[in-house]
Amino acid sequence: MESCLRRLRILIVVMVLGSGLVSAGEDAGTQTEEPVIKIVAKKFDYTPNVIRLKKGVPVVLEFTTLDILMGFKVPDLGIRTDITPGQVTRIRLVPDKAGVYPFLCDIFCGSGHSDMTGTIIVTE
Amino acid sequence: MEKMLDRREFLKLAGLGGVVFLSGLAGCSSMANRSEGDVFYFVQLSDSHWGFNGPKVNPDAGGTLQKAVAAVNSLTQPPDFIVFTGDLTHTTDDPLERRKRLAEFRGIVSELKVKSVHFMPGEHDASLDHGEAYQEFFGKTYYTFDHKGVHFIVLDNVSDPTASIGDVQLQWLAADLNALSNDADIVVFAHRPLFDLYPQWDWATRDGDKVLALLMPYANVTVFYGHIHQENHHMTGHIAHHSAKSLIFPLPAPGSQPKRTPLPWDATQPYKGLGYRDVEVDAQKAEYRITELPIVQG
Repeated sequence: MESCLRRLRILIVVMVLGSGLVSAGEDAGTQTEEPVIKIVAKKFDYTPNVIRLKKGVPVVLEFTTLDILMGFKVPDLGIRTDITPGQVTRIRLVPDKAGVYPFLCDIFCGSGHSDMTGTIIVTE
Repeated sequence: MEKMLDRREFLKLAGLGGVVFLSGLAGCSSMANRSEGDVFYFVQLSDSHWGFNGPKVNPDAGGTLQKAVAAVNSLTQPPDFIVFTGDLTHTTDDPLERRKRLAEFRGIVSELKVKSVHFMPGEHDASLDHGEAYQEFFGKTYYTFDHKGVHFIVLDNVSDPTASIGDVQLQWLAADLNALSNDADIVVFAHRPLFDLYPQWDWATRDGDKVLALLMPYANVTVFYGHIHQENHHMTGHIAHHSAKSLIFPLPAPGSQPKRTPLPWDATQPYKGLGYRDVEVDAQKAEYRITELPIVQG
């Protein structure tokens, strides 16, 4: 139950803060002092595909895609977003538990779709 | 019924079907008024991935489907029907190649000696073009049919690349279910699991919870699906979910390794982990006897 509540808290942060940033669109710029990690998706990988974060330290994940519509989903953190061509998508995240969390593309994108994975590593 | 027992005895004597799984609600009082004699069986085939090339996981990728067809044709009593639960072909970014694979697949399975074969797409067949090529060869991606007192519902959770059923199909499903009594025998076929089996490997349907909410009021619902290339049995409330083995390569158990990479071919046990299933339906008892069968007898 505790982990569910924590997951819910992260999700709420992403929904409330992240959605505002997402809706600002591609020319919104970075309206924060928080560190920004740029993640580029293309068939069939993410760069970078290992993201290292510190527990309790806010960060903004900034997504773009070089070709088609992609997804970004971290099931264990309750996070997902579309990555739309021509747009910059941002998610603010405050990881509140250490661990290793796999992420994946959840929009079928072609023959290498199953390889579109990565890992978020949160340390103390 | 006698024929069914003979068939079951044959499977046993032939050394086939070592694993039997019984699913259903035998003894349920709502079954009291059902007519006797509604016993039949069907065969579920899944995930043939025609066009796949990967010698390390299946050096006989160009011959395994034909062996499965031969195995089904050798059954002593033909099934009432066969259902393919998706990923008939392996995905390709080339639309012409996709159609070539679908045509070749259709040619191979046309050799099945059975009156009725039901198809549905997997994401490899349909997600890149919203099912356009698939429909040219096999028609609708979601539909229903009735057989000997059982209502079968084929769902499409792959033509939308987000792995969603979508509002249109959900409304169609709701209308179909509304016409049934609450104790109707309902079997659902889908490619992806309708519950969150292991979302970390994309083993889920984004709006599968909405499907399950629609099905929940019905007492006798069983789901057969594919996608995960292995047997898995799960309950959501009273609804049973049974995934099938693949006809091309097995995948690891959910979360058992960092990535969902196919399990390597074992030359000492060729075709290990592959197979199909025989499902014996007792409509009177709303009972499903599942027997897993190998492609090649070991």
